[in-house]
Amino acid sequence: MIKKYLFAMLLMCTYTIMAQEHFPKNDGVTSKNTNYTAFINAKIYVTPTEVINKGTLLIKEGKVIASGSSVKIPDNAIVVDLSDKSIYPSFIDIYSNFGVKTPERQRGNRRPQYDAGREGFYWNDHIMPEQNAIDKFNFDNKSASDLKKAGFGVVNTHMQDGVVRGTGALIALTNQGGNAERILDGRSAQYLSLSRSVTSAQVYPSSIMGTTALLRQMYYDADWYEKGNASAKDRSLEALIANKGLVQIIEAGNKLNDVRVDNVGDEFGIQYVIVGGGDEYERIADIKATGATYILPVNFPKAYDVENPFLANTLSVADMKEWNQKPINPKTLADNGIRFAFTTDNLKSPKELKTNILKAISYGLDKTKALEALTTIPANILGKSNMIGSLKNGAYANFLITSGDIFEKETTLYENWVKGDKMVIESMSVKDIRGKYNANINGTSYDIAISGSLSKPSVKISSGSSSLGAKITYKDEWVNIIVTDVDASNKTFTRLSSRVSDTNNLVGKATSSNGNVTSFTANKTGKSENKKKSSKKDTTTPDIVPVTYPNTAYGFETLPKQETLLFKNATVWTNETEGILENTDVLIKDGKISAIGKNLNGRGAKVIDATGKHITAGIIDEHSHIATSSVNESGHNSTAEVSIEEAVDPDDIDIYRNLAGGVTSIQILHGSANPIGGRSAIIKLKWGESAENLIYDNSPKFIKFALGENVKQSNWGDNETVRFPQSRMGVEQVFVDYFTRAREYEALKNSGKSYRKDAEMETLVEILNGERFISCHSYVQSEINMLMKVAEQFNFKVNTFTHILEGYKVADKMAKHGVGGSTFSDWWAYKFEVNDAIPYNASIMHNAGVTVAINSDDGEMSRRLNQEAAKTVKYGGVSEEDAWKFVTLNPAKLLHLDDRVGSLKVGKDADVVLWTDHPMSIYAKAEKTIIEGVTYFDLARDLELRAAMKAEKSKLTKLMLQDKNKGLKTQPVKNSKKQQLHCDSE
Amino acid sequence: MKKFKYIYALLMLCCTVVVAQQTPASKQSKDIAIVGATAHIGNGQVIENSIITFSNGKITNVADAASISVNSNTMDIIDATGKHVYPGFITSNSSLGLVEVNAVRASNDQRETGNIKPHIRSLIAYNAESKVVESMRPNGVLVAQISPKGGRISGTSSIVQFDAWNWEDAAIKVDDGIHLTWPNPYTFGRWWLGEDPGVKLSTNYTNQVEELNTLIKDSKAYLKGSKTTKNLPFEAMKGLYDGSQQLYIHVEDERGITDAIAYTKAHNIKNMVIIGGYEAHKVTDLLKANNIGVLIGHTHSLPNSSDDDYDLPYKMPKLLIDAGITVGMHTGNVSNFQTRNLPFYIGTAAREGIDKEEALKIITSNTAKLLGIDDRLGTLEVGKDATLFISEGDALDMRTNQLTHAFIGGRLISLETHQTELWKRYSNKYKN
Repeated sequence: MIKKYLFAMLLMCTYTIMAQEHFPKNDGVTSKNTNYTAFINAKIYVTPTEVINKGTLLIKEGKVIASGSSVKIPDNAIVVDLSDKSIYPSFIDIYSNFGVKTPERQRGNRRPQYDAGREGFYWNDHIMPEQNAIDKFNFDNKSASDLKKAGFGVVNTHMQDGVVRGTGALIALTNQGGNAERILDGRSAQYLSLSRSVTSAQVYPSSIMGTTALLRQMYYDADWYEKGNASAKDRSLEALIANKGLVQIIEAGNKLNDVRVDNVGDEFGIQYVIVGGGDEYERIADIKATGATYILPVNFPKAYDVENPFLANTLSVADMKEWNQKPINPKTLADNGIRFAFTTDNLKSPKELKTNILKAISYGLDKTKALEALTTIPANILGKSNMIGSLKNGAYANFLITSGDIFEKETTLYENWVKGDKMVIESMSVKDIRGKYNANINGTSYDIAISGSLSKPSVKISSGSSSLGAKITYKDEWVNIIVTDVDASNKTFTRLSSRVSDTNNLVGKATSSNGNVTSFTANKTGKSENKKKSSKKDTTTPDIVPVTYPNTAYGFETLPKQETLLFKNATVWTNETEGILENTDVLIKDGKISAIGKNLNGRGAKVIDATGKHITAGIIDEHSHIATSSVNESGHNSTAEVSIEEAVDPDDIDIYRNLAGGVTSIQILHGSANPIGGRSAIIKLKWGESAENLIYDNSPKFIKFALGENVKQSNWGDNETVRFPQSRMGVEQVFVDYFTRAREYEALKNSGKSYRKDAEMETLVEILNGERFISCHSYVQSEINMLMKVAEQFNFKVNTFTHILEGYKVADKMAKHGVGGSTFSDWWAYKFEVNDAIPYNASIMHNAGVTVAINSDDGEMSRRLNQEAAKTVKYGGVSEEDAWKFVTLNPAKLLHLDDRVGSLKVGKDADVVLWTDHPMSIYAKAEKTIIEGVTYFDLARDLELRAAMKAEKSKLTKLMLQDKNKGLKTQPVKNSKKQQLHCDSE
Repeated sequence: MKKFKYIYALLMLCCTVVVAQQTPASKQSKDIAIVGATAHIGNGQVIENSIITFSNGKITNVADAASISVNSNTMDIIDATGKHVYPGFITSNSSLGLVEVNAVRASNDQRETGNIKPHIRSLIAYNAESKVVESMRPNGVLVAQISPKGGRISGTSSIVQFDAWNWEDAAIKVDDGIHLTWPNPYTFGRWWLGEDPGVKLSTNYTNQVEELNTLIKDSKAYLKGSKTTKNLPFEAMKGLYDGSQQLYIHVEDERGITDAIAYTKAHNIKNMVIIGGYEAHKVTDLLKANNIGVLIGHTHSLPNSSDDDYDLPYKMPKLLIDAGITVGMHTGNVSNFQTRNLPFYIGTAAREGIDKEEALKIITSNTAKLLGIDDRLGTLEVGKDATLFISEGDALDMRTNQLTHAFIGGRLISLETHQTELWKRYSNKYKN
């Protein structure tokens, strides 16, 4: 065994030495091979679109010399006749970690790590542009062989760890000549991702918006560093600057992140190549708008095992649809003119590639596009079109020889050549021995039937009426068969061996159980009955359910349209001086409130009888955490650089549920993990629209601040005592420090001198200049008072205190400062700092002249904010009209949106709700919830959507059961329960 | 002057401390009549313009006001014309009095360590002076079952009323039942923590159910024996077999409910009530056939699955009531302070198309029945405890849930709380 190993090593060394022309030679004479190899009569795919029938491919010294239909074949050429066979450029995987071991996760310290663990590098450990895959590269024979069997000739490999991962290396999968031959480019691209490094426990970034903010700041810092402003060494930034000219490949991983990373790139003039998630078809218009080239995984989910109905019940329609629809992703991109390459990343083995690509093709993907995605496009992405991905003259001789169309199931891949180095996967010269034979051996007549695959056939042998146990091996032109004797009781065998010959018969020797050796001849009597039934493959086109917006439960096949609507005879809560109007009509037109009055006439309007019903402005939730992928960036005590706008999740079912509660606008706030939190996203709940379309146009700018137990990490566990601040005393100093620095920053920036652009400081300067407003999570009176004093010290106003549970203790000071209070109706007693929270808070603040809103901070409560407003009538006796403003006009004022929403006034956005009853009655339901004239929720339509979903689920269940019955593999059902996010959520 | 100020401050401080909790009311000394109110009996009936009298803590008359005359010399008469009278609202499976502030571990006594602990009793840890308990009363929530949490058998609950000096005073029914959390037949991966998102049949389920079978067999065998070596958990199981205690099985899913019913039948346990029952609406026939009631979760919650009807939690009571199941309510899955929203959970259920009086039964007669205290509580009927309240309007709607009087066992209790005191203190601060 060891000997074998040594021999292999020696062989490799020999090759290495042979390959290096400038190396001294000590083991013999120079023996350079300058012969040509000519492949003739083949169907040659020079590129996916340039195909030569009966052509010649001429190669020499690992390169294509010529390809065409009239290539002159030199005398010193070895000629290979490939009649009926095809030649393709071999495949390229540009998102590989081939031969580059991903590091193991470091065992975490119990204490959190906030600072960088490295010296002389960037301040964030997850930024590692200085990493070079080539330095850690070790050729992996086993993986190379697997990849080559799947048709790959070249991979672009990289270290799959960290946010910035450094350079990749382009590797030819040849066994000849060692790494000197294999490495086509040691700095082929720079790789990035949205995942932290496993080698560092540094907390920042802990969220998607933290990661995108980190990338931005990194680019600012690189610019500053490049201009020579830094006084200290930063090897990461130096590497980043050096890698600027490379292709930038970023792993985004899903349709939402695709857009998020593209937005980052746009800001810095970088067009990333984006590694997608395979779900791009769900938001194809947004994906197209990125203008990016994509790298797509081809790991289509297996059907879920829905046999057990209890388990199947927990499966969501979204997951079922994903199974049904995901194979249309490549076709959808192709149809939309989006360029993409395929990667085997995420596949258990490259072996699965072909099956999955065939699946994509059966779902409508054009074969040429599929081939391009594996050859010319990856080559083009890397700027290596002249070297790889095609069989044009001068390109590397990386090609595949197949029995026919490479995207047919039955096609055999015979050989994979990389830089002229041949790997035989299936021998082309294998003689087809399949068929029926008859042989007479020692007086017994045997019927032998050989069938199955060409190189790995199977055998059935019978003698007379009894069928015998038999096994066949077929290798290197030798056929060996072992067969039980007719008298099975003896458990004895006869062994046959035969070397294939030119005749169709098998001629050889038979060794009987008693050791006698005789000659035998098995005469071919006919063709084998190959189970051609199976080749009657699934010609049925796949049954694909339609994509909806969002592609989840209660999504729309087509988005609802803006309408002209006339509500007749309603009780109208104007929130204006007109108050509550009985028997009044409301006309909605062009997305605006067009008229309010008696006996209105709306020509062409859809008339809705609202007799006995109430119409109000839509509810506005000042403090929400629904519809976001992430809530907190907890990695720093100030994260003013992050924005929830970069984390908006338009597919969250809680959007729909909120609509069903009459909510039309929300502020998605950053959480309360740090004194200076992140920037808000203020959105309208336009269910079905993209993230970008949810966000208000010209949105007022907001940021979350927080005080108290959460920011001093009181309830985070005993290990969390590292981060400043740990007391309310410290919280004040965080603010004073940051605002002081922001002033200095602004002064420096305005001075015209060079400065380091700092996203955090830019945000704080906006606050100081009254361009961005604070909504501050707050509980006890001391801290509330403190923040007002800090703001006054820096000459600005706090806009909103949110939660503000002890606001009633300082309501006079709040009124004087001019800050609003957005509070819970009746929450208290859940932590120490809310001991004195009282449900009368809203009424006391309101009576003291503070603008009061009632908020939710909770995906459940937000859909009952009408009831929460009603509680202020109970607790403190607020008038119903004022109480209603607590969830409509007042939050609009606090959000600086009252010129657009919050009341029913001609000219304002038609964000209205039709209620079945008095809107603050516990018995009231939202019947229609309308945003800008579009009905996004409707009780009657909700019932239709339920029925449609039920039908769709039973259809998909049927399809899954069919898959399982076909013998296809299934996976256990997924838990569809969603995690609810709150202020404290990570 | 300075000294005076100091003394004054000290005095104020003392006062604040003294009034931190309301003083329990003294025994009913004089007969009381509530006249003219709309009486919601709690069994589905309503008497407009009613008269309700009570004496020595017990209800003596419930009738149409015209049918009985009262003597203002021997009785305190409350004119409640235009107002509404309700039996005190009852919740179950609560942690009130066991936890004061959720995030402060030192104030949390709801969960004992261990797995099989029927001997753990909630009553003795119940803090009758909890500020959170006190805050239930202004909303009409006057009685609760207090249960321990955690483990397979979390312990033994008791039922208390909310105006007491200590837990002995508070007790309405001591050690009313044992709480069992049925094993989950499935394992759910928490995908957001990077776990496999698959839902699988739990490999432990059979063992966990078998453990429960063994417990019953072992404890029954023990109770028949000489008990020379005492076994506290086995001793505590006794009430299940002699019928003096109920078995509360906490279970949400369809299969678990079905298995739990089979379990109680197999062991011949008569008094079983289901707590939770998110999927009870799928097995109503089985529940009905076995005469098993459900203390369902509160309605102000989100559906479990993204595909569920948005209003599934709202209409859950209706689904069960329409199928003829006795439905009560538990509040084991809300923060203690939220328990005061009990009437609004019912109001929300009523909006889904249940008759309001039928909905009201959920937190009055039905819960009383399911907790085995319907001989004393749950309706306004002669002979029952005078545990009731007067509201300005519909008590199921927050706008009109305004209590003017509340009685527990005939005692007129205070409707002030830590919160109303702060309200008054600070409202006065801004009055100039």
